[in-house]
This record gives sequence, C-alpha cells and structure tokens, in this order.
Amino acid sequence: MASSGDTLTSSEYISHHLTNLTFGYHEGTDSWRFVDTSHGIMPEDFGFWAIHVDTMLWSIGLGLFFIWLFKKVANAATSGVPGSVQNFVESIVEFVDDNVNSIFHYKNALIAPLALTIFIWVFLMNLMDLVPVDWVPFIAQEMGVGYMKMVPTTDPNATLGMAFSVFFLIVYYSIKQKGVGGFLAELSFMPLGKWFLPFNLFLEVVGLLAKPISLALRLFGNMYAGEMIFILIAMLPFWAQWMLSVPWALFHILVITLQAFIFMVLTIVYLAMAHDDH
Amino acid sequence: MNINLTIIGQAISFAIFVMICMKYIWPPITGALAERKKKIADGLDAADRAQRDLELAQEKAVADMRKSKEEAAAVIEQANKRANQIVDEAKEKAREEAARLVTAAKAEIDQEANRARETLRADVAALVVAGAEKILEASVDANAHAQLVEKLAAEL
Repeated sequence: MASSGDTLTSSEYISHHLTNLTFGYHEGTDSWRFVDTSHGIMPEDFGFWAIHVDTMLWSIGLGLFFIWLFKKVANAATSGVPGSVQNFVESIVEFVDDNVNSIFHYKNALIAPLALTIFIWVFLMNLMDLVPVDWVPFIAQEMGVGYMKMVPTTDPNATLGMAFSVFFLIVYYSIKQKGVGGFLAELSFMPLGKWFLPFNLFLEVVGLLAKPISLALRLFGNMYAGEMIFILIAMLPFWAQWMLSVPWALFHILVITLQAFIFMVLTIVYLAMAHDDH
Repeated sequence: MNINLTIIGQAISFAIFVMICMKYIWPPITGALAERKKKIADGLDAADRAQRDLELAQEKAVADMRKSKEEAAAVIEQANKRANQIVDEAKEKAREEAARLVTAAKAEIDQEANRARETLRADVAALVVAGAEKILEASVDANAHAQLVEKLAAEL
C-alpha cells in the first residue's frame, strides 16, 4: 500500500497517485511553485500556465530512448546479416512500413516516420503502466518529490498534444492537397449538397474536430482506466494483490500495444483521408 | 486532469521526435532493408543462373561425351578397315611375290634344263663322233660331217 502513508486514507492515496507533478504560477499564493495538496495547493488552482513536469520528463525521456535505440541501429544499419537489435528494430520498421503502405497510397516522406514515432513512443509511454504503481512515486517521494505520475499517456495533455499535432497535419495536408477553397468546399458541400450548407458545415466541422479528440481520449481513457485499476489493486492486502495484478498486467500488455497500434493506424487513416480528393 | 502548458510541450517534443525520426532514423533503416532485399534477390538470381549454367554444362558434357564416343568409334572402324586393307595388300603382295618367285624359279629350272640339255647334246655329239671315229677307225672329217652330226644331235 501507500509507501509513506501512515495516516493516508484510500481517497488520499488514489488522488495522490493521480496528481501530476505540476509546476506553475499559483495565484492563491502569488508564487511559482509545485503542487502540494497537503498544503492546499491543488493542481486545479494553477490554470493553463502550468506544466506537468513528470509527464514531460517521462515522455521526453522515453522519446529520447526511442531516438537513441533506433538511431544506434540506423547508424550501424547494414544490408548484411543483421544483429539481434537491428533485427528487432527492422521488424518494427517493416511492420510500420507495411501498415503505412497498405493504408496510405500517396507519396509523402513524413507519414511513415510519423507513424513509427507514434507507435514506438506511445508504446513506451504506455509500457510505463506495467511498472508497479508504487515504485516510482515512492522513490520520488524519498528524493523529496511529492508527486510522480510516470505514465504520460494517462495525462490528457500528452495525448491531446499529440492528437492536435496530428490534427494540424490533417488540416495542413487537406489545404495543401485541395487548396483552401477545396478544403472549405469539402466541409461545406458534403454530404448533402450546397442547399444544406450550414448543416453540412456543422456536421463536417464536428466530424473534423472529433478526429483528434477521439484519438486523444481513446488512448487517455484506456490508459487512465488501466492505471486506475492497478492503483485499486495496489490497495488490496499485499498477499492478495498478485491474484488480480498479474492477470491485469498480462491483459494490459495487449492493451498498451493495441492502443499504440490504434493511435498509429488512425493517424495514417486520417492523413490518408486528408490527401483524398472527393 | 487539468489542461495546461503540458499539451504544448508534448506537441513540441512530438514534432521534434518526428523530425529526428524522419531525418536520421527512417531513411538509413529502410535504405538498409531495401539494399538487403536487393542483395537477397540478386543472390537468388545468381543461384538460379548457376543452376541453369550447371544444367547447360551437364548437357554439354553429355553431348561432348557422346560425340567423342562416336568419333572414337569412327576412328576404330577406320583403323580396322585400314588394317584389313593392309593385310589384304600384304596378302596380295605376298601372292604376287610368290608367283614371281615361282615364275623365276621355273625360268631358272627351264634354263638349267636347257643348259643341261645343251650340254648333254654337246656331249652326245662328241660321244657320237668319238663312237663313229672308233667304229670307222678312220678319221672322219669333223667339218665334213658336222651337218650330219648336228642333225643327229638334234634328234636326241
């Protein structure tokens, strides 16, 4: 159970685990500071101009790990007999490449690297879910850091940040392929023809915005729920936890891979749709 | 679950990672993959070609062997023919030689016989003359009676 929690209640334990290490300008105390719920500095008091330090650290760290690993292989990549790491990386690259080729039929040098980055990065961030929920927060607390949420994809900021980047690309490529007029026409004259323009526009804009939102919230929701269940399991007596945590972790291996894959595939699909001329 | 600057931070790091991946990771790996694919295809091609070459070489070897066998057979046949010819020629020559020898021998024999006959005739003539001289007890003019003696000798 909770590491430092002699007097910690269940709800305090849960909310502690769900609080990001937020840093920002706190209006109530008129100072730049970290979140500290025990002293009434609540995360929701910070407003927009705050940052989740743990989310950023873990996501950038994992991103750097991805870059480091793949860069190492890329530097040493030969057409000869591949080593085991090279083989592993190449099989991932080929898997992503196959997916991109089967969905996306235009010439665009960005899509495949984008898909690879999404797949590996999201997978790595999701993978942090399998680290026992108390370990890292405990270590952080011992080091004097009050909060440490180590799964960036359980932070909607992370998933929305990626999804809106994808959304930006959708709009960019829509306009690039069809021109501003073409893009607006697509929004206005589908699906019911020009006499229903306001209706069409409403429908299409909602559909367009739903893409990044659903992309982000699907990933966030799945990971948040998974994390939540791990936290709840962690509140059981220690000798009973394995009965639930082991099956859930095994199942979660599937979920984290699947969610990373879905995020990647949907990104490719959306960008392919952006390239499609109706 | 507060939306804050993190969303922008995440978008920026996402963009940076995608750019690094696009520039430095994707091209070398896919390049190596494509190159290896090509190498394997080339290797398989080469193996196919080698197999075909081998088959061709085997066919050629078989054909060559058959040809040399035929040639050898022809040579042997020719040699046999030539040998027979030589034997025939030798036989012919031997026969001719034998015939020549026989003829020569016959001629010599005839010659010898003639010579013997001549000698005999001369001897007989002399004998006859001597006999006649004895009978007549008188000297016979050999010259006068030569014609007679000759006639006698010829009758022998």
